[in-house]
Amino acid sequence: MTATSTNWFWYASPQTFYPLAGKIARVAGIAAVLLAVAGLYVGFVVAPTDAQQGEAYRIIFIHVPAAWMSMFIYVVMAIWAALGLALNTRLSGMMASALAPTGALFTFIALWTGSLWGKPTWGTYWVWDARLTSELILLFLYFGFMALQAAIDDPRRADRAGAVLAIVGVVNIPIIYFSVQWWNTLHQGASVSLKSAPTMAASMFSGMILMAFAFWMYSIAVTLVRVRCIIRERG
Amino acid sequence: MTEVLRCILHRDLLLALRNRGDVGTALLFFVIVTTLFPLGIGAEPALLRAIAPGAIWVAALLSSLLSLGRLFAADHADGTLEQILLGAAPLGAVVAAKTLAHWLVSGLPLVLIAPLIALQYDLPARLHGVLVLSLLLGTPVLSLIGAIGAALTLGLRGGGVLLSLLVLPLYVPVLIMGAGGVEMAAAGASAQGHLLLLAAMLVGAAAFAPWAIAAALRISAE
Amino acid sequence: MSEFLAMGGYAWYVWGSYGVTFLALLLEVVFLMKRSREAKT
Repeated sequence: MTATSTNWFWYASPQTFYPLAGKIARVAGIAAVLLAVAGLYVGFVVAPTDAQQGEAYRIIFIHVPAAWMSMFIYVVMAIWAALGLALNTRLSGMMASALAPTGALFTFIALWTGSLWGKPTWGTYWVWDARLTSELILLFLYFGFMALQAAIDDPRRADRAGAVLAIVGVVNIPIIYFSVQWWNTLHQGASVSLKSAPTMAASMFSGMILMAFAFWMYSIAVTLVRVRCIIRERG
Repeated sequence: MTEVLRCILHRDLLLALRNRGDVGTALLFFVIVTTLFPLGIGAEPALLRAIAPGAIWVAALLSSLLSLGRLFAADHADGTLEQILLGAAPLGAVVAAKTLAHWLVSGLPLVLIAPLIALQYDLPARLHGVLVLSLLLGTPVLSLIGAIGAALTLGLRGGGVLLSLLVLPLYVPVLIMGAGGVEMAAAGASAQGHLLLLAAMLVGAAAFAPWAIAAALRISAE
Repeated sequence: MSEFLAMGGYAWYVWGSYGVTFLALLLEVVFLMKRSREAKT
């Protein structure tokens, strides 16, 4: 047993969190660059050309990690939001607000790259694939969150209203995904789906994982810098 | 608690019926939107029969959004909402009653007029039942989910459009199951799966939405 | 090198993806730095 107990709420104060955020952001930023270089190297130099899709499949090294991040960030955002509502800590709400733009950005990247991947492989820029469609709805959920917070002047109300919306959203995401998938299987012909990725060579998989971690570190860095801005702005 | 429910329901219905104009406009909006689809797409009967479930359902979604602004606005404006928040009645019950009143006034008329719209689209008579049932199950869910949005955007500038942006993504599952059920029946298959899922959504929304609506009201009104 | 840039004929799609992604992330960082500078005044 230690003599002193840990005060878990030490960093819950924006003032004490501010310098810590700066330090973590710097480390994460460097990690992001290194991981991205490694990931791109594996993706372009090490991974072989795909038998079916040729070089076009290399979009996967951005598309899939971006899609993962878009969903991961929303869940993290909802967690911070729930913490803020439950514990009434200001910083939690600020973290949720700081995460949203980056999450929306990755959702956009997932949609854009998905569209450009769809054209050479399936013939159209947009397919009403279950995942792409759900991703599009996720983008609307992010925009809704940001729009709601932008419309409310009082930061406390904005944080808490956003939190309720984020929690309602995160509960709905599996429902939305499931219903879109149901809809998709009934309406689509079997072939049109971005789910059928090329059979993964180990190098392809590791390239994807490296890029996923790179995006993750990037998100951490950017979010922490943004939360520092929010802390300063709210003073 | 049933006393509270009955009381609020009675009050809200009375207020709504006194402003019959509001009720009428939502219904009229529904009818006008369903008229727009053929005008935009072309009146070919086979095409209309195919898009009927989707078009009618989308029109129901949009009408629902239109009428949601009224749900809390009047009470918020004259201070009644504050009194309710300060009062002893459980807020969850109050909002459930208000939402029910709202659905009776804005959602149920759509359900009842849907067969007429279906006739406009030359939807086969055997499908009318499924259509009405899907709307009957789905429109309360729209009211419940929409009420969350209405509570969150209470008194905000850009209210109506913001409400739509918040709520429409959440409406997607209801739309898919509702319209999809009718389309399944049209194709000769059973709509049971879709309708059961709609029922499940209704039960889920009825159980959880009042919490979210109440929380949102407290956040907005204080 | 030109083979690398051509991406087996899929250059538009591959570089369109990577290019927009890089641009989007860069813009995010640029706007964030601007916001950070303004917040510090």
